[in-house]
Amino acid sequence: MNPTSSLTAPGTGVKGSGPGGKADADRPASGVTAAERLLSLVQRQGVLAVLLLVVVIASFAYPTFATLDNSRGVLVQASFLSIVALGMTLVIITGGIDLSVGSVFALGGVLAAWASQWGLLPALLVPLLVCGAIGTLNGLLIARAGMAPFIVTLASLLGARGLLLAFTDEGATTYLVPKGSAFAELGQGTVGGFGYPILVALALFGLGGLILQRTSFGQTLFAVGGSADAATLMGLPVARAKVTVYVLSGLLAGFAGALNAARLSSGVTIIGTGMELDAIAAVVIGGTLLVGGAGSVSGTLWGVLLLAVIQNLINQIGSLNSSYQSVVSGGFLILVVVAQRYVSRSRRTL
Amino acid sequence: MAPPEAAPPEAAPTATSGTAPSAAPTVLEARGVGKRFPGVVALDDVSFTLRAGETHALVGENGAGKSTLIKVLTGVHRPDSGELLLSGRQVRFARPSEAQTAGISTIYQEVNLVPLMSVARNIFLGREPKNRFGLIDFPRMHAEAAALLGGFGVTVDPRRALGTLGIGTQQMVALARAVSVEAHVVVMDEPTSSLEPREVETLFRVIDDLRRRNIAVVYVSHRMDELYRICDRVTVLRDGRHIHTGPLAALDRMSLVSMMLGREISEVRRHGLTSFGSAGHDVAREPVLTATGLVRRHQLDDVSLELYPGEVLGLGGLLGSGRSETAKALAGALSLDAGEVRVGGVPLGRSSSAAAIRAGISLLPEDRKAEGIVPGLSVRENIVLAALPRLSRAGIVSRARQDRVVDIFMKRLRIKASSPEQKVGELSGGNQQKVLLARWLCLEPKVLLLDEPTRGIDVGAKAEVQALIDELAQEGLAVLLVSSDIEELVEGADRIVVLRSGATAGELVGENVSEDALLAALADHTAPADAAEPAGAPQPPDPAHPGTPAPADTAAGAAGAVPLTQPAGPGSPPDAAPTTRRAHQAPASAAEEDPR
Repeated sequence: MNPTSSLTAPGTGVKGSGPGGKADADRPASGVTAAERLLSLVQRQGVLAVLLLVVVIASFAYPTFATLDNSRGVLVQASFLSIVALGMTLVIITGGIDLSVGSVFALGGVLAAWASQWGLLPALLVPLLVCGAIGTLNGLLIARAGMAPFIVTLASLLGARGLLLAFTDEGATTYLVPKGSAFAELGQGTVGGFGYPILVALALFGLGGLILQRTSFGQTLFAVGGSADAATLMGLPVARAKVTVYVLSGLLAGFAGALNAARLSSGVTIIGTGMELDAIAAVVIGGTLLVGGAGSVSGTLWGVLLLAVIQNLINQIGSLNSSYQSVVSGGFLILVVVAQRYVSRSRRTL
Repeated sequence: MAPPEAAPPEAAPTATSGTAPSAAPTVLEARGVGKRFPGVVALDDVSFTLRAGETHALVGENGAGKSTLIKVLTGVHRPDSGELLLSGRQVRFARPSEAQTAGISTIYQEVNLVPLMSVARNIFLGREPKNRFGLIDFPRMHAEAAALLGGFGVTVDPRRALGTLGIGTQQMVALARAVSVEAHVVVMDEPTSSLEPREVETLFRVIDDLRRRNIAVVYVSHRMDELYRICDRVTVLRDGRHIHTGPLAALDRMSLVSMMLGREISEVRRHGLTSFGSAGHDVAREPVLTATGLVRRHQLDDVSLELYPGEVLGLGGLLGSGRSETAKALAGALSLDAGEVRVGGVPLGRSSSAAAIRAGISLLPEDRKAEGIVPGLSVRENIVLAALPRLSRAGIVSRARQDRVVDIFMKRLRIKASSPEQKVGELSGGNQQKVLLARWLCLEPKVLLLDEPTRGIDVGAKAEVQALIDELAQEGLAVLLVSSDIEELVEGADRIVVLRSGATAGELVGENVSEDALLAALADHTAPADAAEPAGAPQPPDPAHPGTPAPADTAAGAAGAVPLTQPAGPGSPPDAAPTTRRAHQAPASAAEEDPR
């Protein structure tokens, strides 16, 4: 039972009696029960089970699916979205949202392609600086000025897209990455057949998981999302944590954009539209609560992979119009959110 | 008193048991602190001193400024004027974390922890134990959390999500967090409001231990027995002003209660504040509403009352006695664990506001802004809101009928608005209250429950509202009047039911409806001789109202709301309650007693 709901239930009960009486029922102090563990596991790793199930079925149904080539393709495709979704996970855990990541992703790619003429380092630093600055602006407006994350990041979605258009003469100019440069290698090179972007994404997820679960900063993010008031009263650096997650989200989106440009050898101006929604979908499918306070980076990774596998499967089924991919992804999103509600309610009433 | 051998393990060996140093240095001091919010002066030149190792009670009714003072002390609010001194040095807290770093730790009334996170994480948030790589050491954290909670008699898996625990256990976790920080001052805001008696005992043990370690405690509570049991000194606030500071033992309950409620009523009288008719009302024989044995965990513990048509029944009690909860329960806005409400002999059934409204019960809620008016809507829209189904045919609302009803009530209640289309948010508090009253009156209720109908409205409007209540009762409406203003209760009510700790503690009828009798009934069990129950019963728990025995299955659980189970309980006269500890402290600090 969540204390806020029990406290507000009598107050709001003018229109209908709150469930307070029953919910207050105390239970003997005891350990974590098996049922609770199971539910918690389903909430955290249920998407992994779904992912494995889909992969197994697809492997039997479509012989081309389980090939090494196809897997490599799916993974590389997924790696860019996964990096963006990693930042989104941190933002959503604090109870925020970052709609600007799609535009920032595209802007990062264009800036990287432009700067790659001077070598690897500028190609990475320029997009990181600019996208980090956009994230900082988002964070300051949200945490210090108290503006709604939805509005602030919607504005920077438009702003970043505008910057990109101005920088490319309304999309007429396409900056190319020099062939054979170190930067191009970063996007196209492989280790054992697996592209560098896959390895980079995995490393970032490992680091993200460590920070989220094993540092005070990570715990603060959960506390901010779970109850910002409580976090403030406990003396936690709430504003600093909020600013930091938006900066990280901007940096990661810009970096993912740069990696993508390196892979495509050019700064494509028309990509990234709607990517923020894919990222949010992946995060939520991965079990992170959209209202904040609970979630994991591993779930996000599985969520991104699930979306990528669905897309790949629909491509495999040649007869099916690829537009249906969004329908299937949307269906999964609804399923997961319904399941989340069910699971978190059972956990509370257990 | 808590047995001295029950001290938690980390008790400092140097401390002598049960001695509060009378000449102890001041750890925390507020000098002339003022704080205003838009439209309200929450604190007006309030001074407060806290000595090392003392347990200092902070008391006052709703709106007295207790919470604001606490928030100033703990860095949540910055004072507009005055200064804070910590160990003699001036400090300014920009945010709670600075107060905590300075050694001021707080337990808030509403548990302020994160429900989705585990118990251990909640205890150690912001100061987690780290391993040599700088990463959180979870095994150590869980072990330390379990050990810490064990010291408080709580055996709970520290890995469990806090939100899955009962409120009492959550409060103990908050206590563990507050005490485990290195603090000089621990502020406790209503710490026992959701605790079971056993947990209250643990809390008192912890406070005794804090005293031994020379840590000062600010203890906010409205439960008299607790205050007299564990507090050394008391500070009384009223209407944002400092009223009194002195040793608690030197003050009997009656004086304390009258200081909290404020009896300087001569000035109020001059302004003609109270405008109830002097004569009693003609009261019918058959009750229109009967409540029997209402029980709600932690809030109500056996409330019974009868309400007759044509009378104003006062509901008296201190803050936290269950006044508002009773009104809400009668109106179906609060679910009950036991008990029954009957209207005209017909049981209400399951608690629901809609059912209560259909049965003819209307509640004017205590918090006008949060639970009553819709500020963005017009006067007309606010008035007809609840009556829309009656004013419409086939789902279409008749504007002509609305206008007729609104016109009648605006005239009848003398609502001062530029037009029925003026937004309610632009009206004065008194007129807002009248709009609310109109909303419920156009439902033609049989029973009108008024929770603090005159709070926060100006003197003139107050008189008008009071006159209206009088009129309504004369017309045969049954009115329940909940008020913390004792004068309003005494003048307005024909009969007063007194609540204490969520239970009916007595009833004042006839000439006993007087301020003195009410004060006495509020202060302790020595109610007037002909009150409806054997007053001052020495046997805890509180004997139930005769004829309404507490249901056996709920009695044990509900006992958590009754802080009267101590042997040194309510039966003994208040002056006998203080222990030797406070007794020997009294002379030294009596000098600074503020005689107002």
